[in-house]
Amino acid sequence: MMSAPQSQSTDAGGWQRGGAQAVRRRLVERFVSLLCNMATVVVLFLLFSILWTLITRGAGGLSLPTFLHSTAAPGTGGGLANAIIGSCEQTGLAALIGTPIGMMAGIYLSEFSQDGRIVSLVRFVSDMLLSVPSILVGLFIYLIIVEPAGHFSGMAGTLALAVLFIPIVVRTTEDMLRLVPRAMREAAYALGAPGWRVILNVCLRSARGGIMTGILLALARISGETAPLLFTSLGNLNWSTNLNAPMASLPVTIYQYAGSAYDDWVQMAWTGALLITVAVLATNILARWWLTRNGSAQQ
Amino acid sequence: MMELPSTITARDGVAMDTNARGRFGDLVFGMIARLAGWFILLVMAGIVIVLVSGGWRAFSAFGPGFITSTAWNPISNHFGAATSIFGTLVTTLIALVFAVPFAFGVAFWLVEMAPPALARFIETAVQLLAAVPSIIFGMWGFFIVVPFMAHYIEPVVTHYLGHVPGIGLLFRGAPYGTGLLSGGLILAIMITPFICSVMTDVFVSIPAVLKESAFGLGATRWEVMRQVVLPWSRQAVMGGIMLGTGRALGETMAVTFVIGNSNRMGWSLFAPGNTIASLIALEFPESSAGSLKLSALLALGAILMIISFITLACSRIFLQRGTSN
Repeated sequence: MMSAPQSQSTDAGGWQRGGAQAVRRRLVERFVSLLCNMATVVVLFLLFSILWTLITRGAGGLSLPTFLHSTAAPGTGGGLANAIIGSCEQTGLAALIGTPIGMMAGIYLSEFSQDGRIVSLVRFVSDMLLSVPSILVGLFIYLIIVEPAGHFSGMAGTLALAVLFIPIVVRTTEDMLRLVPRAMREAAYALGAPGWRVILNVCLRSARGGIMTGILLALARISGETAPLLFTSLGNLNWSTNLNAPMASLPVTIYQYAGSAYDDWVQMAWTGALLITVAVLATNILARWWLTRNGSAQQ
Repeated sequence: MMELPSTITARDGVAMDTNARGRFGDLVFGMIARLAGWFILLVMAGIVIVLVSGGWRAFSAFGPGFITSTAWNPISNHFGAATSIFGTLVTTLIALVFAVPFAFGVAFWLVEMAPPALARFIETAVQLLAAVPSIIFGMWGFFIVVPFMAHYIEPVVTHYLGHVPGIGLLFRGAPYGTGLLSGGLILAIMITPFICSVMTDVFVSIPAVLKESAFGLGATRWEVMRQVVLPWSRQAVMGGIMLGTGRALGETMAVTFVIGNSNRMGWSLFAPGNTIASLIALEFPESSAGSLKLSALLALGAILMIISFITLACSRIFLQRGTSN
């Protein structure tokens, strides 16, 4: 595909001859190439601008107290420890809840096609869930958990994140299971293995790498979510790991601090932003690298 | 000789036993898988029911006028959805106007012009842009883009275009930096990678014969793109654009930072506004349980869900048709 343009430049075709029309076509081609190059440069520039801003503004707050102290009133030298632990706890638990449900639903979609219409319905709804605005998930959890309970809680935040997590895992699991060769399933069935052993021990096993990558990417995605946590775990200025109480998280703390009028809070917001971006991008790069390595090992 | 039948029955027994266990396992496993599938239906139904029933008070209090009213007055308890729906649609439209050409440019470059070694690296970089959390876009937009717009872009644009009849209306007003245009631009940056990745996938998947025959006739890369690749992949490209649209419609944090958060509706793109998502994010914490305001916010949520469902349904139809070609 890449070699096609070069190969046609050797057989001096129509557009390389002289004449006004050929000149015009060549100019248009040059112009479009220029625009495409510029578009790429602009998009890359924006990415680097974001990263550069985060590094220059956020690196100043990277010190030991940031990781050891909880958030505190402006001017008293607080850190982000409670937000970091809160984020880890809620994201980790959401993944623990969401992974089995998402994987089973993904298995349902790829292996139980005999259920007919309902399978395609579940697939369609799962895709919808994947693109529901995350703030609506926050509203939903608020109404069914926070309002009846009468208080915000880390558990509510966890469940909101799990709702966002599940459809991503469903999609990856289904896609990866579909890649498992038919011959492998048939070989396992021929050995007399029951269906569920074939799915668990053969299909899931060979799709393991891809599914793990999907889970990592999903983890990265939900760890940066702010909107669903605003009305569920709310945020907490003190150290708290209690799931039944309001819980701090990095994104919500960033949101609260970035809009404040205090310089040290804004500084903390930038540091938090740097931390979470580095974590998310590192997870992404790791997952992609892992996938390409596994992919090439299989071929 | 006497032992033979017994071993056979024993073996038979073992075989029957594993068969029965296998069938039982299949039954349990099937139940669990179905439960997980149905759970997804349940969650989605729950979201729809909870939002619609929560917003019902507002819908019944204001009737169809809820959608056309621009009021948002918590003191006199008058609420309307028009301003935030307007803001949502305008910012999404601005985002598309900027994102689609850029996404196309990058995808075209990646597929046709990039040196292979570089293409992989750049593609990853573009995908990383999609992975950056939305709150980071919000902060970056608030501290970098908003001042830039206020100092450089908006005064200049107002100076040159503000007096043009017709479109001049769009570019008048004080250069706050925050506003519909800034919100739309941030959204454009966020959805460009999504659209670009769908376009790249589609452009790569076109049968090589189609392109090569066009190149063989002496067509330039742009002519091949415009007359062969684009017509062939039009539907899938539309699907990708719709996918990006869906994301722009529901984006909350990035927009909340830069849109200015004011319940006004006007022609100027520089004027502060709001979107459904940003209004919910800002007003929800300040509305007491059971109030009419809360119900109005839930009604807005229901409207947002309907809009994004329609978008997603379109995107699925386009993508399915596009890939089945």
